[in-house]
Amino acid sequence: MNKKRGILHSNVLYTIIAILIGFIIGAIFLAVANISPVEAYSKLLSSVVSKPKYWFWTLTYASPIILTGLSVAFSFRTGVFNIGAEGQFVVGSLAATIIGILVDVPAVIHIPLCILAAALAGCCWSLICGIMKVKKGIHEVLSFIMFNWIAYYLSNFAVNTQTLHKVGSGEATKDLLPSARLLFPKSVLTLTGCSAANAGIIIAIVLAVVVWVIIEKTTLGYKLKAVGFNKHAAQYGGIDSNKSILTALGISGALAGLGGAVQTMGMGGRLAQFASQEGYGFEGITVALIGGSNPIGVIFSGIFYGAMKYGGSKLTLINAPSEIINIIMGCVVIFIAIAHVFKELFLNISKKKEAK
Amino acid sequence: MNILIQNLGLLINATLIATPPLLFAALGSCFSERCGVVNIGIEGMMTVGAVVGAITALNTHNGIIAFLVGGLAGAVFGLIHAIVCITYHADQTIAGTAINFIGPGLAVFACKILYNSSDTPAIDSSYKLPKMFNGMFSAGSFGSNVLNVYSMAYLVFIVAAICWFVFYKTRFGAHLRACGEHPEACESLGINVYLVRYICVILSGFLAGLGGAFVTLATVSQFRPTVIVGQGFIAIAAVIFGKFSPEGALKGCLIFGVCNGIKALASQGNVVSPNLISMIPYVVTIIALILFVGRANAPAANGKPYIKSR
Repeated sequence: MNKKRGILHSNVLYTIIAILIGFIIGAIFLAVANISPVEAYSKLLSSVVSKPKYWFWTLTYASPIILTGLSVAFSFRTGVFNIGAEGQFVVGSLAATIIGILVDVPAVIHIPLCILAAALAGCCWSLICGIMKVKKGIHEVLSFIMFNWIAYYLSNFAVNTQTLHKVGSGEATKDLLPSARLLFPKSVLTLTGCSAANAGIIIAIVLAVVVWVIIEKTTLGYKLKAVGFNKHAAQYGGIDSNKSILTALGISGALAGLGGAVQTMGMGGRLAQFASQEGYGFEGITVALIGGSNPIGVIFSGIFYGAMKYGGSKLTLINAPSEIINIIMGCVVIFIAIAHVFKELFLNISKKKEAK
Repeated sequence: MNILIQNLGLLINATLIATPPLLFAALGSCFSERCGVVNIGIEGMMTVGAVVGAITALNTHNGIIAFLVGGLAGAVFGLIHAIVCITYHADQTIAGTAINFIGPGLAVFACKILYNSSDTPAIDSSYKLPKMFNGMFSAGSFGSNVLNVYSMAYLVFIVAAICWFVFYKTRFGAHLRACGEHPEACESLGINVYLVRYICVILSGFLAGLGGAFVTLATVSQFRPTVIVGQGFIAIAAVIFGKFSPEGALKGCLIFGVCNGIKALASQGNVVSPNLISMIPYVVTIIALILFVGRANAPAANGKPYIKSR
């Protein structure tokens, strides 16, 4: 009986239930639109799992969102809401692109240099908002939204400057030098069949573990969580809450910036002019929520989202709008938000059964 | 002198185009935030209003009905947000994030099903929202720029005044502000906190929907996936900027609107990169915040689910 109770208390169960309900609601929308849900879902599944090539594509799609997911999850755990991951992602990818094009050094130096630049850019972008929050009391959600747009236009401006812009390529920068790319060696690419398979996923997983260690196993993590939980109590307990908020935002921003680096140094290879916000930061919010704001959970939810994104892009082949993915993901998030209702319900049922 | 007046006309015209959608949504956001429910889903609700408004106009050939139906579509999403956040005590930020995924997803989904494209066809100008003083001024003149705009652009300022009146001069307004500060105290005085919050959140969806419908029925005259992108968040920013009051939100939205006007004027010469000019509204907001506004005092109970004691 105890084991069963344990399952009913586990959040993973309710996440899975939420995902199932999300798919059911998605099926209803598909059916209303006169598209066979069975056909659409089997297409979705087969375009993700049926060939090893597709697995690698899924992981390629997943890597940047795992990192923005980590960024948001880290901010949630430390009591701030990083809605600015979008902008930090953009300045991160911009920094990696600039270093990747303009600096010509061997890969051993070039790759760490680009990654460092991206992390630093994301960190600073987030810290500016953090300093405004701490010094002037400006609501971080407000400044993050502004900085998302400033980053957006800054990136578009940079793409069109003479030093970066590739002549005759329409609206994108030159390609990053090969020494700045995270792509696996050619032999691996041909073996997997995925032309963009890259080390981004390894970086993402390693960082997820690092973030988990910081949050769960270090005094720093303890302090940050304490401030997030109750700023005044933490302050009373001798923790400098302003310093903690800045540290949390800095780390969160650096993670989102790294997401940008992984995207351009991995799959992208260059930076294109944006037509509208890319959405990696907002997808990060969803990934963090599905992963229960747990860094290890974020790896799985990021891969899940990556699979949905990649599989969803194939839905057009059977004339089903790929936007069904957004509807499903939104519903999943709603049902995760009210997971406690299901939990109470199930626990009550199991209690009644026990009483009998 | 003539050039100056004409430029002033253009500035006012651009302001009157950019401000109304933001202001409708921002007023909606005020209701929700002040009653204690964070509504970050404004963006999604605007998108739904925009697409439903456009589809209705294409089918009924009546701009005003389409405008209202767009508002109602936003209200439906307001209702969903209310059920999830108020009845089921969900985390309000999470619920809002979900709506921001479902709304735009559903909008493009519907377009692809109905029109086999992510855009709706263009809306004929006679089905769009009516213009005031149509044809009375010669095109491009000061009078035409300032007065011959979509009538809803002026209506929104009247709506803002009504919101201000409701907030500060009616019993309901007092109740809603109290619910955002101390719901337990309200309940003990016999105010139905759930009811007040339900009304406010549905209203916020309605107003956001109107804002979205204004974009497709007046400014752009069709739905495209990019018509709203970001405006809902700007509206939320304007509300925080205006310290969660209707008159403050008006100020915030006007700053954005005027900056958009300046943007339109500044891009005429093509001297500075349009991308840098586009940053103006956001940079000005940040500077204004640092210099004049400072600390935002959110309602005390904002974002905290209220659980009725039995």
